[in-house]
Amino acid sequence: MSDPTPDKSAPTQGATPPAAPKAATAAPQPQGALPEPALIVSSSPHFHTAATVDSIMRWVLVALAPACLAGLYFFGWHALRVLVICTLGSMILEGLCARLMGRPNELRDGSAAVTGLLLGMNLPSSTPWWICLIGCFMAIVVGKMIFGGLGCNPFNPALVGRVALLLAFPAVLTSWPVPRTPDCLKECGPAVAAVQPSTSATGHASPGKPATTATPLKWSKACRETQEAGQLLAQCAPSAGACSLKGYWHMFLGLEKGGSLGETCGLAILAGGILLICLNIIRWHIPVFYLGTVTLITGLAWLIHPEAYANPLFHLLSGGLLLGAFFMATDMVTTPLSRLGAIYFAVGCGILTSCIRLWGSYPEGVSFSILIMNAFTPLIDRMTAGKPFGMPKKKGLQMPA
Amino acid sequence: MSTLFIIVLVGLITGIAIAIISRYFGVEANPLEEEVKNLLPGANCGGCGYAGCGGYAKALVAKKARPGACAAQKAEDLQKMAALLGASVDTREPKVAVVMCSGDDHHATRQAQYNGINNCRDAMIVAAGAKTCTFGCLGLGACARACPFGAIEITPYHLATVHKDLCRGCGKCVQTCPKKLIRLVPKSAVIHVHCSNPLKGAVKFKACKAACIGCGKCVKAAPENMRIDTGVALAQINYGNPPGEELAAVCPTHALRK
Amino acid sequence: MSKIFHFYGGVHPQEAKVSRGTPIVDAPLYPLYTVPLSMHIGAPAKPLVKAGDTVLRGQPLGEPASFVSSYIHSPTSGKVKSLGMCLGPAGTQLPCVVIEADGEDKATDPMPPLDWRNASPEELRNRVAQAGIVGMGGAAFPTPVKLSIPPGKSIDTLIINGVECEPCLTADHRLMLESPRIILEGVAIAARILGVKKIYIGIEDNKPDAIELLTREAAALAEPVIQVVPLHVRYPQGAEKQLIYAITKRQVPSGGLPADVHCVVQNIGSSHAIGEAVLKGIPLYQRVTTVTGSPLASPGNWRFRVGTSYAEALKLAGGLREGATIAKMISGGPMMGMAVYSQEVPVMKNTSGILVMAPEEVFQYTSKSCLRCGRCNDACPMQLMPGILSVQIENERFDDAQNWHVMDCIECGCCAFICPAGRPLVQHMRRAKSEVGAKLRAQKAQKAQPPKSEK
Repeated sequence: MSDPTPDKSAPTQGATPPAAPKAATAAPQPQGALPEPALIVSSSPHFHTAATVDSIMRWVLVALAPACLAGLYFFGWHALRVLVICTLGSMILEGLCARLMGRPNELRDGSAAVTGLLLGMNLPSSTPWWICLIGCFMAIVVGKMIFGGLGCNPFNPALVGRVALLLAFPAVLTSWPVPRTPDCLKECGPAVAAVQPSTSATGHASPGKPATTATPLKWSKACRETQEAGQLLAQCAPSAGACSLKGYWHMFLGLEKGGSLGETCGLAILAGGILLICLNIIRWHIPVFYLGTVTLITGLAWLIHPEAYANPLFHLLSGGLLLGAFFMATDMVTTPLSRLGAIYFAVGCGILTSCIRLWGSYPEGVSFSILIMNAFTPLIDRMTAGKPFGMPKKKGLQMPA
Repeated sequence: MSTLFIIVLVGLITGIAIAIISRYFGVEANPLEEEVKNLLPGANCGGCGYAGCGGYAKALVAKKARPGACAAQKAEDLQKMAALLGASVDTREPKVAVVMCSGDDHHATRQAQYNGINNCRDAMIVAAGAKTCTFGCLGLGACARACPFGAIEITPYHLATVHKDLCRGCGKCVQTCPKKLIRLVPKSAVIHVHCSNPLKGAVKFKACKAACIGCGKCVKAAPENMRIDTGVALAQINYGNPPGEELAAVCPTHALRK
Repeated sequence: MSKIFHFYGGVHPQEAKVSRGTPIVDAPLYPLYTVPLSMHIGAPAKPLVKAGDTVLRGQPLGEPASFVSSYIHSPTSGKVKSLGMCLGPAGTQLPCVVIEADGEDKATDPMPPLDWRNASPEELRNRVAQAGIVGMGGAAFPTPVKLSIPPGKSIDTLIINGVECEPCLTADHRLMLESPRIILEGVAIAARILGVKKIYIGIEDNKPDAIELLTREAAALAEPVIQVVPLHVRYPQGAEKQLIYAITKRQVPSGGLPADVHCVVQNIGSSHAIGEAVLKGIPLYQRVTTVTGSPLASPGNWRFRVGTSYAEALKLAGGLREGATIAKMISGGPMMGMAVYSQEVPVMKNTSGILVMAPEEVFQYTSKSCLRCGRCNDACPMQLMPGILSVQIENERFDDAQNWHVMDCIECGCCAFICPAGRPLVQHMRRAKSEVGAKLRAQKAQKAQPPKSEK
């Protein structure tokens, strides 16, 4: 190649990144024998946005930080233990898997850390370390790497881990340690705490075991089943009243509320979720339509039968709904590609969650509903493939063959 | 206890149902067809013109096809198959694929670093692969991936090479190579001209030190085995009468080699 | 103009139009010009000269070899050194005529200027054809073919593409500022050839000076009425189908041509060339090209004769800055341009820009798996699903890709621009389009075969 520019004699070695990554890694370079051409050729476009997988995952980690910190505040060092074990465990397992599968190690993109952290946030702070590790194994190995790693998994790996643990160790996964209450609030006697049935089936401090409590959802359901609903729900979920408004505010802050270590503080989750929406990392459609559908269905049920069913605000603020709507149902890999598809997906999640909560045998349905809708994602993608620009609009569904 | 009982019962009923269905609705497999199929290479390459090896076996048993249409079949398997079918078969010259290029990274120069999909056919879209010799092997392995027998290896220096002992001559790679570098040749030929560039010798020698420069030494040494067509500076082997191994020594660029 | 027009999808890359304030300068005469005979879509031109001939500036070197082809003219006077092959921007070899300039730059007798208001459309179209005018935006589709209405179609709208949505490029912008009159007359001539009354010039609102100037000049030109339409800055506004939609809200049908929605789209550079050819009788042998990029000392806009090598163009732009190196050289803009590896490539009729990039600016594609984030989905102006397509194509499932409408892809590059996994999506689409296209052609040939064999 003749090249009249004077600087050409000093080729851009070092400054130029290697060509075709796969080919370059496959070829052992002989000792400086082969000269590298200076110019790179690639397909257009030659500009690229700054956003990469790494940056997206880093922002997700940042957005998860408030909820983690809230968990640490409420549940103390045990929460930190669970989070660290899950995060490190997931990363190590992913590294091992990548090595076993002979794939490049993609730990740096941070997706394993996100999965691990989300798994940890979905566990009670009292979970023993070995159960955490089993969860990591289910999430990373069974939920993700078996399918081919990031981008290929059909189900949200963190939820795979959590649901596997929930089915395998139901007792451990549903005994919730009592969160710490700030001193200034103790005398206030928040409504939620006031109606916590001390005689609840899950029991309180028994000798030799840490004190546990029930989640609001759990005892709302337990109450209904034992036909005491009228009295208790009237206390915890009345339609009006200053004291109960304060109760909801405390539920939103995560005070006096049992639950997984990352799901209790609605404020922190909302802050992280809104950050992600503002950064355009997640679509606003999923949380909005998910929460909207749950509000609608539980609201209808509550309007029809207020004695038996809790009101929608109670449903929004309890359990893992906020965490699920902002961080689990918005996982890119396992949700539909298009905006319309995302709306279908979120509505489906909302319907399933409401049904499980209102009529199912589990008190909580967020994990199950998201996993079930994950399975529908390819179908939704086909359904919403839509028409390309300039295609005549056909009536009815048009799925590519 | 009742759960166990129900599970056992469900299992039993399902088992009986499957047995009944397979007994009455099962498709009778022709044992001859199965045997014939086992003698075919099983690569389902489609080179015979039928839908995979199963389709060809079916056609053979139905006497709609003749043995020998499968290029990838081993000679002894072909004989066995012919005996099984009661058909005669002519012995045929087995063929192998050869990549007619020597331009690996040590010999051929590259114009630019290619950054993109690791596949020759994709690379053709970007500046035709950016190799100086526009006829040369890109070494990104489209042929190796297409080969049903794993007979093609990409050397660390980006050149496709065929392992003769593994190649069955099915010709899948011939269709895959975007540069049309791979040819099916008789297995008896031992040396080949590993160059496909028809341009002038000086031009291609600048791009690749292993090019056939069309000097004609091989043609002089073995005029009945080799030829150079007019207008194309490229020696050709007369595959009807291929030269012996010793002729490779006369080639100054080692384009004529094993 | 209060209404701002726009279209679906798209992205907004950094504009980086550093040379927008640099006036157009005529490039000096060079000793050697390599003029490709295939500077357009369609058959390469048939050479009219042979080695050793003396040629004058503006003398035809090649004539159209078929309906979709074009004249090629000599950029200067001199001797034909040889007829051979040269490297084109796509990395393929193109037939070319090499001209050794004699330095006198003598022009051949110019074609007589035409009074376009009274000349017949036929006459005008012939002039456009003789001047060898092609679409100068990038695709280089021969303009006379574009200006002849296909049988069974009717045209009512002429749209002039002054969008220049590609980052970095400023050639059209400068041309609009410096010779608005010739452009507008060229537009009017094209409108007269087509016999249309509705004429729009679409300009993105990052060029307010051009919008203002052209609006003023168009008002001065009493007849025909030319409307200047400001457009929202969004890539790929300049894509034919998107521009038509933005201005007229008509959707070019899938697999169809602009003529199907009664539109013709014409580039600013081509309009200028039409004006020059009709008003002054000058054929198309030069064009305005932006030479830019951060490693260059003085980026700018130059009027190059076709056949000037990129090396000369880069020298003209001051060469490399001290300590700067180039890692990529692009013919055209950064979004749709082709990466070129040799500075011997000549400037052609469709070379809207020459862009060089420093090593740290070059983005390296990876083949990470798709994250299914759906950004490509939102960005695709054709409303395809590039993410799903690329996975199908990666696995060589071209039939599936065809069903998911890969053939509608316009290769604008929005998907690959936005992809966080850094997947070379456009390369995937091109591969699928070539494979599916080959299949479709084979099917067509097969369909055409049976009647032949019966006869």
